[in-house]
Amino acid sequence: MKYGYYPGCSIGHSALAYDISTKAILEPLGLELAEVKDWNCCGATEYFSINKTAAYALVARNLALAAGEEGVEQLVAPCSACFLNLKKTDHYMGKYQKIGKLTNEALAAGGLNYKPGSLRIRHLIEVVVDDVGYEAIAQKVTHPLKGLRVAPYYGCLVVRPQFDGNGFDNPEYPMHMDKLMEVLGADVVDFPLKAHCCGGHMTQISSDTAFELIRRLLHCADQSRADVIVTLCPMCQLNLDAYQSQVNRHFKTNYNIPVLYFTQMIGLALGLKPEELGVGKEIASAAEALKKIGTESEQVSAPTKPRRRDDKSLPMPSMRGE
Amino acid sequence: MPIATVNESNHEFLHEVMAATPGGETLLTCLQCGTCGGSCPSGPDMDHSPRKVFAMIGAGMREEVLRSNTPWYCVSCYYCMVRCPKEIPITDIMYTLKQMAVKAKLYDDSDAPDWSESFIGYVENYGRSYELGLASRYHLTHRPLQKFSLGPFALGMMMKNRLSFRPERIEGIDQLRTILKKAKELEAAQ
Repeated sequence: MKYGYYPGCSIGHSALAYDISTKAILEPLGLELAEVKDWNCCGATEYFSINKTAAYALVARNLALAAGEEGVEQLVAPCSACFLNLKKTDHYMGKYQKIGKLTNEALAAGGLNYKPGSLRIRHLIEVVVDDVGYEAIAQKVTHPLKGLRVAPYYGCLVVRPQFDGNGFDNPEYPMHMDKLMEVLGADVVDFPLKAHCCGGHMTQISSDTAFELIRRLLHCADQSRADVIVTLCPMCQLNLDAYQSQVNRHFKTNYNIPVLYFTQMIGLALGLKPEELGVGKEIASAAEALKKIGTESEQVSAPTKPRRRDDKSLPMPSMRGE
Repeated sequence: MPIATVNESNHEFLHEVMAATPGGETLLTCLQCGTCGGSCPSGPDMDHSPRKVFAMIGAGMREEVLRSNTPWYCVSCYYCMVRCPKEIPITDIMYTLKQMAVKAKLYDDSDAPDWSESFIGYVENYGRSYELGLASRYHLTHRPLQKFSLGPFALGMMMKNRLSFRPERIEGIDQLRTILKKAKELEAAQ
């Protein structure tokens, strides 16, 4: 089976570890992904706020390019937001005649066309659990993640919305990543907020709103004594990991929970080395947690506190008593 | 009580919102049950809950709705949409309201529209989003004072090689720009 692959803009940058670990597990899992040539950004959650026709056209250029490649009938996205935008555009172009017509008129200006329904849009984890399958993965596990307490975090867009009732898991209480982690030998903890929002772009717009949502998730994982939160979305990983120290400062909390991708967990269980999987790219280090499964990883420490100022620095305004 | 009976005299706004949203006609069936607001992660920070916004749309309160922060605080989590007993595409209605607010220049002082527009600026120029450029441009023009708290974030990300220093441009950028230009013309003619 040949899959078209739409990596999305985060992969290779803020989600570097997702990219590295995905590439590392493809061969052992027997998957082949062919990157769509010259794909463009999906517009994330921003373009639909400004101009809908342009937003659909932006996404549809990718659909047209992917469908135009020989032998590609399925398009795989590792990012939940990309996955949703591709799926939504394909679905709406078919369901709402006006959207289909306007989008194709815009595409025609660039010499392209997309027939809705010609591609099956899938998230990477769907391909892993449904096409590769739990049993085949179980047979390949050589280093079970025994004793590692894992909180599977799905976030929103891989399970919601469901178009015409078609989703590949429950929109409120999905279980596929739980099962996958069990297959890898991990101790899956109860994580009732597993499909709650990470705050998305609110870290940029209203950080108070975002920090509270991130705090709830960290608190929930902490209550379950999770060693690691496992995610399948670059945005979720970024918010929970890279903003963790700011959330701690904001709420005077002390969470230190590493956030890894499911692809990194698969790689570890298949016996790949942490550095082959981008382990160490996370800001809240996973090194301590991974010692539980006998994995030593090198860690470059990132600054968690602002640099202290000395007397020679320029004078800065300060609060009384500081 | 269906929302459209609230104020029979002013349904223009309601019909505009419905026409601009795929599946928007279901808005007429809103039961005012409040499941949307109760499911919303950012509901407590909104000026009006989604339920109230729908009642306001039914009452023709265009300016109050488009000035409110409600659509901009929607995080697109789609909880309301999968729970709505009338299957109203609530998240899509929020996108419609955002677009209408930007067009009418009625949005409140939230930074959200500028974030969206900065994001799109990079996409239209390069075909890809560019996190470092986007964050610097947006924050330097909008909230330079918050730079101090963002410092460690950016530094940590850079040390991990997770922020790139220059944007990537796709090969077919001219093709993409032509498509987007056409799309905007089509949208304007709607």
